[in-house]
Amino acid sequence: MNSVTVENVTVAYHRKPVLQEVSFSVPEGKLIGIIGPNGAGKSTLIKAILGLVPRASGNVYIYGKPYKQQRKLVGYVPQRGSVDWDFPTNALDVVLMGRYGHIGWFKRPSKKDVEFAMSCLEKVGMKEYANRQISQLSGGQQQRVFLARALAQDATVYFMDEPFVGVDAATEKAIISLLNELKAQGKTVLVVHHDLQTVKEYFDWVLLLNMRKIAIGPTEETFTLENLQKTYGGRLTFLNQQHAIVNQQ
Amino acid sequence: MSETLVSIWTDANTQWVLIGTLLLGLASGLIGSFALLKKQSLIGDAMAHAALPGICIAFLIHGAKSMSWFIIGAALSGLLATFFIEKIIKLSRIKEDTSIGLVLSVFFGFGIVLLTYINHQSKGNQSGIDDFIFGQAASLVGADVKLISAVAVLLIIITVLLFKELKLLTFDPQFAQGIGLPTGLLNGLLMTLIVGVVVIGLQAVGVILMSAMLITPAIAARYWTERLDHMVIIAGAIGAFSGVFGTLLSTTTKGMPTGPLIIVAATIIFLISMVFAPKRGLLVKAIHQSRLRKQVAREQVLQTLYDFTEQEYVQYKVGNGFHEQQIMKKRPISISMLQKVLSSLEKEELVRRTGDALWCLTEKGLTEAYHITLRNRLMEVYLMNEMTYAHFNIRQDQSMDLLQLPEKVLTELKQLLKQYGREPLVLPEKMNAGKRSYHRYASIGGK
Repeated sequence: MNSVTVENVTVAYHRKPVLQEVSFSVPEGKLIGIIGPNGAGKSTLIKAILGLVPRASGNVYIYGKPYKQQRKLVGYVPQRGSVDWDFPTNALDVVLMGRYGHIGWFKRPSKKDVEFAMSCLEKVGMKEYANRQISQLSGGQQQRVFLARALAQDATVYFMDEPFVGVDAATEKAIISLLNELKAQGKTVLVVHHDLQTVKEYFDWVLLLNMRKIAIGPTEETFTLENLQKTYGGRLTFLNQQHAIVNQQ
Repeated sequence: MSETLVSIWTDANTQWVLIGTLLLGLASGLIGSFALLKKQSLIGDAMAHAALPGICIAFLIHGAKSMSWFIIGAALSGLLATFFIEKIIKLSRIKEDTSIGLVLSVFFGFGIVLLTYINHQSKGNQSGIDDFIFGQAASLVGADVKLISAVAVLLIIITVLLFKELKLLTFDPQFAQGIGLPTGLLNGLLMTLIVGVVVIGLQAVGVILMSAMLITPAIAARYWTERLDHMVIIAGAIGAFSGVFGTLLSTTTKGMPTGPLIIVAATIIFLISMVFAPKRGLLVKAIHQSRLRKQVAREQVLQTLYDFTEQEYVQYKVGNGFHEQQIMKKRPISISMLQKVLSSLEKEELVRRTGDALWCLTEKGLTEAYHITLRNRLMEVYLMNEMTYAHFNIRQDQSMDLLQLPEKVLTELKQLLKQYGREPLVLPEKMNAGKRSYHRYASIGGK
């Protein structure tokens, strides 16, 4: 069964198209890297799927039903820079926000919610930091808190926007092992990713994107020099490096 | 004075006024916290100033003073102003701050024109409409105060009930939208809460200072806590206290407007918070900074002396100690700081004076300096091989003490240190297994 189906999605800001008629389907239980140059619309694609930016056209289905009906199946990790980390709150509290969709209006998080949030912090190796004010965390730790919050959503399909940007080596390792764990549980994870060097190592599927969908499929078949050339256009110096990457692996 | 004080506590109307300003302050602090964190402080200011023409027009239409008419007029013109602010941003290249400034001053200017017109009319000065500029709590009568109190209580209840949702909306609106919260609606609600508290505060605090009533308690509270729920409570308390304080002072002093007194009280609390707050206060930060500077200087001086000692040691030389200028050349540090550090090290018996501006490490000082040097050089090696040791999370903590690593890793790192030729060579007595001992290279000979 396809976990995510995107049909003909177009997004435009002030008439300038950002995404054009993007359609694809993703099978269940895959780790999918969304790859493309700067300004290719990678983040916008995720936001359009989640309804955070208005779509000019198109539909999104999660397990065969429209996204709006399946909201609880979806977890989201926004870019770390999208919030003010000086906000007066601690790590546990941020993770608890992942439960809000389940708790419902007016009610406060229950003891069970707190326990669940703690277990999510533990999974990202941040249990000892539960009561730490969020501005006191390093960039990597902040990213892990965001990840734990997505885990607290207890979702089946996850969307992550650049989780590897600006994190330390330890966090990168932690994130990758977590992604693999999610995959092993049959969950689907779509990750906006920048670093071409690690694509083959991290993802079993890739979606190559540059305003339009260039290609999607298993990494060995799809992450080819030809497709990369189509995705990155005339950026030649860059391409030579990619050549080396593709050959070396 | 004492008579007036007695009359305050016995006069029913004054009691109501006090309750009203207390609730108003409480609501301002609560809602102001969200406005502040959502970076919408200026919006409150715009609302308050823009309310003036609405109040004047309400007076002109109704022909007399009426709290409910004023509230309606103020709310309508406040909302109209927000509408203009947003339209200007959308339809031109003008940014939000400019747009707010523009609309605020145009509305306020128009309000002043209307106000002057009203004052020149026959009913003139009796209108009491001047009170809206700086606020006059004493001019409130029973029915008004009850209305203000009721609205304040309603605003407080809404804020408390929707605390969780407002918090998420303020911290991470995208995530809030992602989990299906109606963020558009909640934003509108928050805006309505801000308008609400501004409008009911206008007569007591005045249009000019109402935004300070909203923001000052919140920003003062932020200094004392790292939790939103506590911040909201503290801000509410500061608001309530300032409200009561300002009202009391203005009713006992003839002709004193309430608004400025309330704001003076809130501002004093803010200043105290800014300087003396336990974690974020300026004083604590300054103390931390100077302590840190001293500690860094101390370590650097010890390490520099160690480096010099090591150089001598391997060359089988004993000099006359090391000169202050020599230290300063290697580590940029001011002469006064260096001398301060050296004399405090001397007191700790870590260094010894060997001549004019000449210094060397004592045996105890060598031990200390050895550990500092070892730690720093291990860090160099660690950074060169970070990927291999990433799982130890060393850089995750502020206290990156490599000597606390598990024995096995430490040995590995020390091995690397040897390979790179960076291991500290002069060992403290205890660790010195039969090699040349430090004490100034004891019997130097024995090549």
